[in-house]
Amino acid sequence: MKIGVVTFPGSLDDVDARRAAAVAGAEAVALWHGDADLHGVDAVVLPGGFSYGDYLRAGAISRFAPVMDTIIKKAGGGLPVLGICNGFQVLCESHLLPGALIKNHHRKFICKDQALRIENNRTAWTSDYDANHEITIVLKNQDGSYVADEATLDRLEGEGLVVARYLDENPNGSYRDIAGISNERGNVVGLMPHPEHCVETLTGPSTDGLGFFTSVLKAVVAS
Amino acid sequence: MARVVVDVMLKPEILDPQGKAVHGAFGRLGFSRVADVRQGKRFEITLDGEATEEQVAEIRKAADTLLANPVIEDYTLHVESDEQ
Repeated sequence: MKIGVVTFPGSLDDVDARRAAAVAGAEAVALWHGDADLHGVDAVVLPGGFSYGDYLRAGAISRFAPVMDTIIKKAGGGLPVLGICNGFQVLCESHLLPGALIKNHHRKFICKDQALRIENNRTAWTSDYDANHEITIVLKNQDGSYVADEATLDRLEGEGLVVARYLDENPNGSYRDIAGISNERGNVVGLMPHPEHCVETLTGPSTDGLGFFTSVLKAVVAS
Repeated sequence: MARVVVDVMLKPEILDPQGKAVHGAFGRLGFSRVADVRQGKRFEITLDGEATEEQVAEIRKAADTLLANPVIEDYTLHVESDEQ
């Protein structure tokens, strides 16, 4: 079972994501943005960071990387893809997920431990969580405010596609406190907070993030 | 050589934190009677030759796919010639 983690120019959390995949029991494979070959991985993580310096819009240039052509094609066929933070922005820019992420409403970079509720545990990346499981993982972002038009938000809510919602105070202005969403099939998930930083107690506030990586192992075995 | 200019703005219903920060600075500097500030992006694209219909159509395609995100932004496009 191989989890690939893409490195774009400006990715920051690719090493932590590979480490999280290994802690969960997978073989972590480094993928390169300029290489369209996914090297036989069973799932892909698009990590956090500031790919292309967030120039133009966060994720806007990465979306056209050669590796993304393959990922977009295979995601349509059911390949599990998790976009974390900048990866979530890339997924929205790729139109694999609806909506967009804009600057935090308070205009400051944010870095804190954030409580979330996992509202959809039927995706490839969240099946190891209980329904409405409350977790605390790291949130660190500048462009973290999730926006979409009312019709899209209503559809996401109506179809149960909101994967995670912020608890307590809304940290970045995201519409309807949305922290993460999935596509209809549940194989593509975008999440603003960082589960990959929360897989070992030595370096994170919890090990609550590990479930994303153990979930996808089961999803791949089951498929 | 002709130039195509693409102006990109966040849609009116999308919050613009950068524009809000600029608006705040207006107030602190004493520029009064400013109701709102919205910040956008301007792209000046110099063509290798004349602005033919096909060339402008190509730039429009670039604006649709790369320069603007239609989920949150609108854009306008116009051609400027050398005389201007």
